[in-house]
Amino acid sequence: MNIQDKNELEQQISKGNKRKYFLESLSSKVFLACALLSVISLLLIVGFVFYKGSNPFITGGYSFFDFLFGSDWVPSEDKFGIFPMIVASIYATIGALIIGVPIGLLTAIFLAEIAPKSVAKIVSPAIQLLAGIPSVLYGIFGLAIIVPFLQNNFGLARGQSLIAVILVLAIMMLPTIVTVAETAIRAVPKTYREGSLALGVSQIGTIFKVVVPAAKSGIMAAIVLGLGRALGETMAVILVAGNSLIIPTSLTDSVRPLTTNIALEMGYAAGTHQEMLFATGIVLFSFILILNFVLARITAKGAQ
Amino acid sequence: MLKKTCYFIGLTILMVVLAACNSKDTSESNSGNEDLITISGSTSVGPLAEKLAEKYEETENVKIEINQIGSSAGITNAIKDVSQIGMSSRDLKQEEIDSGIKELVIAYDGIVVVAHPSNPVKDLTMEQVKQIFTGEITNWKELGGKDLEIVVVSREDGSGSRDAFQEIVGYKSGQLIRNAIVASGNGNIKTTVATNKHAVGFISFEYIDETVSAMDINGVKAEAGNVLDGNYQLSRPFLFVHKEDVPEAATKFMDFILSADGQKIVEAAGAIPLTK
Repeated sequence: MNIQDKNELEQQISKGNKRKYFLESLSSKVFLACALLSVISLLLIVGFVFYKGSNPFITGGYSFFDFLFGSDWVPSEDKFGIFPMIVASIYATIGALIIGVPIGLLTAIFLAEIAPKSVAKIVSPAIQLLAGIPSVLYGIFGLAIIVPFLQNNFGLARGQSLIAVILVLAIMMLPTIVTVAETAIRAVPKTYREGSLALGVSQIGTIFKVVVPAAKSGIMAAIVLGLGRALGETMAVILVAGNSLIIPTSLTDSVRPLTTNIALEMGYAAGTHQEMLFATGIVLFSFILILNFVLARITAKGAQ
Repeated sequence: MLKKTCYFIGLTILMVVLAACNSKDTSESNSGNEDLITISGSTSVGPLAEKLAEKYEETENVKIEINQIGSSAGITNAIKDVSQIGMSSRDLKQEEIDSGIKELVIAYDGIVVVAHPSNPVKDLTMEQVKQIFTGEITNWKELGGKDLEIVVVSREDGSGSRDAFQEIVGYKSGQLIRNAIVASGNGNIKTTVATNKHAVGFISFEYIDETVSAMDINGVKAEAGNVLDGNYQLSRPFLFVHKEDVPEAATKFMDFILSADGQKIVEAAGAIPLTK
């Protein structure tokens, strides 16, 4: 090998290093191009959505305030108000958090602190797998199981409702919350636990008084990530939401969150209607941006 | 050695990528000997177009691509030359006619009001249909049925079926009862109605089966014969829209649909042929 290598080296030197340097710089450019591709995609998507979505307000003379706070969405009569959808999105996300966060958090604590290895070996992959299930399958599950269940057992006229959305989203956000929170809890130094246990605190006491507070920023990040997943979810929600255009006043009302409004009508929309759907996308995107900003703040705090 | 291997792998990847870019061109030139007809539009016309295309492809050397994306999108595609033919289940709007697009009636279709099979109400007047969908009647009891709240299921705004239905029944989009469930596509409406004994919705004739109960309108059964006679009022034309200068293959396909053989397929598919 050594002799071969030497021969190679001598050959290359004799040819001059030009070729080598050329390939070197070429490959680094290829890598750069790959890296830039994602940045360019982001800029293109954001640019396109904002360009299309802002058009009706700039050239069409529509008021952005009426768009945000109008309660009528009747595209064929030129009425575009997305307030019911904003409310629906917020309610659905908060509802999913109320159910999903405690379950997810306790699962993460269980996996990181309490579960015997044999149990964790089964539960952990199951949760990872849950994250890999295509979202439309969650929707079909919701439509085939949750919706009829609500109709039959609670006497609802329509099973497609806010509560159905909340239940589906709560299940969907579990993997995100569990995985991120578990990592955060595992990252807490062992000495914390040992110190606490040595002082005579019980295991559960140690977990809730010492470990969880120490992993606070990681857990917050988990919650925000789960929130983003719930807010952006479309395909699963479209099947179980009912998509009615009302401001929900109870859990049994059928709702239309922002995402499903876009997905539901984009295929049929043209002209201003289509641009208004892009505008709905802007509002959704703003929500996600705010969430990401909050997430960045949380992780920055955690790093300090 | 290792470096050389790396370069080799890198170059191979580069070549594969370049080859992939090239292959697009070759596939286009290949299709020269097998004509391609691109069709997109209404989900109501779609199943019929699929069946027509299937039969046509058996005898002719063509490939027909059909995308069911909704009437408005299909018409837009035809105008913008994205597809050669657009399918529509509603009449063209003025701005669409102004863009210089031609329409061709390929069949007629009935829209049928459907409810859960367990629903004892089997006959509605047009006025009652309107009152149900605008929220004036909210309980099946008022129509002689069980004491159950009515759950209205509608298509989304912009759908050709919804436009046609509203126009015939006589109400505007804004009048639709607010808590109506909105589902995309005929199949989705059928499933929603079939699984909810409160529900009422409307679907295209082709989608009728035993999972839902079809309502008579003004005492007239939802049948093809009644549509052609003009007795059944909830009917509309199925349109192919296209530009004047479509490729020959597409023109031939449209001729085939209008021929006796084509119209037989229309009838077999559950739609209503132009003549009987």
